Amino acid sequence: MLKINNLHASVEDKPILRGINLDVKPGEVHAIMGPNGSGKSTLASVIAGKEDYEVEDGEIILDGEDLEELSAEERAHKGIFLSFQYPVEIPGVSVTNFMKTAINETRKAKGLEDMPANQMLKLIREKAELLEIDRKFLSRSLNEGFSGGEKKRNEIFQMAMLEPKLAILDETDSGLDIDALRIVANGVNKLKSKDNAVVVITHYQRLLDHIVPDFVHVLYNGRIVKSGTAELAHELEAKGYDWIKEEVNA
Amino acid sequence: MELKEKLVSSFMAFENTVDVDSSVHDIRIDAMKAFEAQGFPHKKLEAWKYTSLKSILKHDFSVFPKENEALDYKDIKKYFIHDIDAYKIIFVDGKYSSHLSATTHDGIDVCLMSSALAKPKYKVIIDNYFNKIATKDGLSSLNTAFSAEGAYIHIPKNKVVEKPIQIIHFSTGNEAALMLQPRNLIVVDENSHVQIIERHQSLTENPVLTNSVTEIFANKRAIVDYYKIQNDKQSASLIDNTFVNQKQESIAKVHTFSFGGKLTRNNLNFYQNGERIDSTMKGITIIGDKQHVDHNTLVHHIEPNCESHQDYKGIFDANSTGVFNGKVVVEKEAQKTNAFQANNNILVSDKATINTKPQLEIFADDVRCTHGCTIGQLDESAMFYLRSRGIPEKEARGLLMFAFSNNVLDSVKIPEIKSRITKLIAQKLGVNIGFDL
Repeated sequence: MLKINNLHASVEDKPILRGINLDVKPGEVHAIMGPNGSGKSTLASVIAGKEDYEVEDGEIILDGEDLEELSAEERAHKGIFLSFQYPVEIPGVSVTNFMKTAINETRKAKGLEDMPANQMLKLIREKAELLEIDRKFLSRSLNEGFSGGEKKRNEIFQMAMLEPKLAILDETDSGLDIDALRIVANGVNKLKSKDNAVVVITHYQRLLDHIVPDFVHVLYNGRIVKSGTAELAHELEAKGYDWIKEEVNA
Repeated sequence: MELKEKLVSSFMAFENTVDVDSSVHDIRIDAMKAFEAQGFPHKKLEAWKYTSLKSILKHDFSVFPKENEALDYKDIKKYFIHDIDAYKIIFVDGKYSSHLSATTHDGIDVCLMSSALAKPKYKVIIDNYFNKIATKDGLSSLNTAFSAEGAYIHIPKNKVVEKPIQIIHFSTGNEAALMLQPRNLIVVDENSHVQIIERHQSLTENPVLTNSVTEIFANKRAIVDYYKIQNDKQSASLIDNTFVNQKQESIAKVHTFSFGGKLTRNNLNFYQNGERIDSTMKGITIIGDKQHVDHNTLVHHIEPNCESHQDYKGIFDANSTGVFNGKVVVEKEAQKTNAFQANNNILVSDKATINTKPQLEIFADDVRCTHGCTIGQLDESAMFYLRSRGIPEKEARGLLMFAFSNNVLDSVKIPEIKSRITKLIAQKLGVNIGFDL
């Protein structure tokens, strides 16, 4: 589904990603771990199409199509979803209206009519329930004044609404208490199928107890330096990242 | 002949058409002298530093309206707030149109300035209020000198006027270039409430210059809610001089929505003559190519325990220019004043300009005055967030600008106006907002 070959990316002439290779197949969950500043969030943003980053070499292929020339919205229409580490506050746009616009713009891009209002309402209710989101919450301004946990739950709610092929969860566990973590993980697990895939970017092992990965990759200094199974995440939790750094630097 | 000379020399002829025995006669003569001495404002005046009338004044304007063929309501219906029952005072090329209007004398007076100036029964109100708060600057004086027609609204005490009052000035292009000088007087007595909507609408591409003066008196505990919809053609320019005098515990709100017209200058002045007064001025400006909107506001806090709220949002595209000049004066006696002023702007294009200047003159020591102005571009991280959810760049931009200006509409009390303005904003920003509010 997603194939990344030798990806190099920089921001303001500073190289961040230095040759990433990754192969994600339908039905798989991949975790990308690594110390701070290793390039995890950059990788997520580059896949989603953030324009601040310059892709200098390599390619990102989704279902056989090179994404290079595609804008962020076109990538979203193709089924890429990024759950933000820091969701942006947008006063004046309610969660509901935001979701209606996003869904209908995506449908428009696929040549479909707007979703009928009653169907939209039903979908919103159903997905809000899945994430244990209160009805009142949906009429509030997007992310404005939301707690850390509410913001992350709202991200997964959006994921549930948009039903992406490939979801990238960027540090979704940060700022979550144990209850919110359970709700978020439960939501992600319920949305998983044999046709879609999830890439979980995280610093800690904690989220991976709930969303169990098929593969774990360690990102360090802009490269994937080690890959393994869920076992690797436990090892990292126990031993930290220093031994990886030493291995790489040796 | 220059416009100033033309106006000065037309004054005698104008005088012959109106009642020289009227008490307003002397006021007009004095005003003409004041205009003759000052002329039109120029860029050397501090208050006109960023707004030039030069290109507007070069047209050979007709200064006397002539009789015009009647307009058909169905052709101009869209300029009315037509989905609610309302009083209407409608003018076509400066002349009153009785068949488009719906006036009343049933307990309240919603009628014409020309009748109020002519009939003895209105003399007391005219003597007490006419030209009492309009300033003596060149433009207001010019309007006073030629004051003959406009809206006259008097709400006696303890009346809640349920229906809003619409004042609309149409121009049909029956002159190659037309200058209009409407004069409105609105007196709202103790405990009374009124809602007024004002609009100026040109129907052709012929140049129109409107120099309007509106005097509003909100007496004790009166509530006045005033909406100015400025969405005129590119050939039309408007100088709006509005003066609001408030007595104790009155509430007055003026919302100004500026989306159209070539040049729009809003001189909006509030005078607080009493305690516990609340004054609100809000505005949304969204303009583009070759448009200019200037908000020049004044709140004069004269007595203690009063509030004023100013909130102006502006979105400037292409080579449009905007000005916000907001003056707040707090007199020594006006202790416990709470004055708030905000002016936030987004420049969509590199060629757009905004000049924003808050001016605070505070002579009291126990007051709370806050002001802030911002000029910015759209938040790029918010743009990426919206686009990553599949909302295309243009729609994302529109949605963010819509959200930026939207909160100004919170205080709009007439739902039909709110939905109308919402649609106008969406239209101006070129977005299909695609949802109900």
